[in-house]
Amino acid sequence: MNTRLEESKNMNNARRNWLTACGLLGVYSWLNPLLALAKKPEAMEAIAKIVGNNSVNDGKVKLTIPPLIENGNLVALKVSVQSPMTATDYVAAIYVIAEGNPLPNIFTAYLTARSGTANISTRVRLADSQRVWAIAQMSDGSFWRDHADTMVTLSACTEMP
Amino acid sequence: MSKTSHTKITMPNMAKKGEILEIRAIAQHDMETGFRYGDDGKMIPRDIIRFFSCSYNGVEVFKMDLYPGMGANPLIVFTTVATETGTLEFKWSGDNGYEAIDQSSITVS
Amino acid sequence: MKSWLYLIVCSLPIFSVSALAVSDVPPKGRISSYELMSLENRAMQDDPNLNPAMFWVMDGQSLWNLKSGQNSVACASCHGESGKKMRGVATQFPKMVNNKLQTLEGQINQCRVGRQNAPALAYENKDLLALTAFVSSQSKGLPITVHETAQNRMDLKQGRQWFYERMGQLNLSCAQCHEDRAGLKLGGSVIPQAHPTAYPIYRLEWQTLGSLQRRLRNCMSGVRAKQFEYGSLEMAQLELFLMWRARGMLLESPGIRP
Repeated sequence: MNTRLEESKNMNNARRNWLTACGLLGVYSWLNPLLALAKKPEAMEAIAKIVGNNSVNDGKVKLTIPPLIENGNLVALKVSVQSPMTATDYVAAIYVIAEGNPLPNIFTAYLTARSGTANISTRVRLADSQRVWAIAQMSDGSFWRDHADTMVTLSACTEMP
Repeated sequence: MSKTSHTKITMPNMAKKGEILEIRAIAQHDMETGFRYGDDGKMIPRDIIRFFSCSYNGVEVFKMDLYPGMGANPLIVFTTVATETGTLEFKWSGDNGYEAIDQSSITVS
Repeated sequence: MKSWLYLIVCSLPIFSVSALAVSDVPPKGRISSYELMSLENRAMQDDPNLNPAMFWVMDGQSLWNLKSGQNSVACASCHGESGKKMRGVATQFPKMVNNKLQTLEGQINQCRVGRQNAPALAYENKDLLALTAFVSSQSKGLPITVHETAQNRMDLKQGRQWFYERMGQLNLSCAQCHEDRAGLKLGGSVIPQAHPTAYPIYRLEWQTLGSLQRRLRNCMSGVRAKQFEYGSLEMAQLELFLMWRARGMLLESPGIRP
């Protein structure tokens, strides 16, 4: 039978252990943010689906987005792929994948030998500061890629309807 | 049940054969992502343009799949080679029966 | 005794003139928030083929020519089909019309109710935004011509007071950010001088077109103040002061803002 003092000491220890465990968990998740960013694996999965067993080369593709974005709702994005764009050597498709959006795919453009260039410009949504990928599939089946990192700032005055 | 909206095509109307035409196609559409909440706390359902295509005298020369990551009032800038005089037809289609068609003529010398 | 009274009365105009000077940004120093935007966003505003606001202008043009209301007349019936007669109109608002301070939206509604016998449109209603965008775009590139007059003096004074009065839980006045600290940073953004040169704007934040009053309500909620109601006299007075403060600056409507 513990005295009251001993009992309260036990309770304190139990409380301390519990708080320590919580603290450690907090520190761990701070140190391991990948657990929180579930979207990057989805992006990698989307790219794997596009590419299959093929290897992806760096080069030929240039993805341009502003490095600092005032508002992520409408961001100018440009993809240019070097290619002669002839009947036998052209860019067949361009895939754009975002690592930090709720869904990884943003658009897929299908070009033909009649496209003239493999330059696509559009305006996309970027949910947060992140890395965006552009993957080009050539008519010969090879894959090429580029990526761009960007920071999205949020407006200082929050809006209420 | 189809909704339509304004669309705008910007491209040259005259070109030399073999010249590369830059085409800007923009459609009026909110592109509701399906990730936003309304004032009632309920998620607003996804309602976007899913598909865009360009045909040159009936031959498809460009197409694009659009996903919720595209911005509102989507703008698509792409190129095609001026091969012959004729008409380019642009089609958009999407959720809830959305459809839009626009055309532009080209004279190729 | 009469001499000091005389002195005070004579110096009163000086006080009111200097009050005017305190609240006025010198013409050379007036900067539109266009200058603070990225090059991509500026390009979006400048090129009508890239500017999403142009869709509202197109809608506005259709509405302009549509016979509406019980009288079945279109705006075009009185003001011409092209809308070109509206050139220079948007730069004058808000202004006194029949002894009432009227904003551009208010004037459009006045025409609807009075001439077309059609119901007034609520602020931020798609059709009202379209009409406002159409009318404002006719004055693109023209200088704002809102001046102090004998008729608007009282409202202008009240508008100035709203600008300088602290409000909300954050207890901030418009002037504390947009005059004292314009050019400095709040969060990641540069604080603009807040000249309403581009309204109605396609705000990327809203992903749609919106009026100046919507933006002002955002500012007020930003400092956790009770927002002025749409179409209220306070709103019109504040709009009047802001346009007066921006007089001489060129209208950019319809604009893009982040």
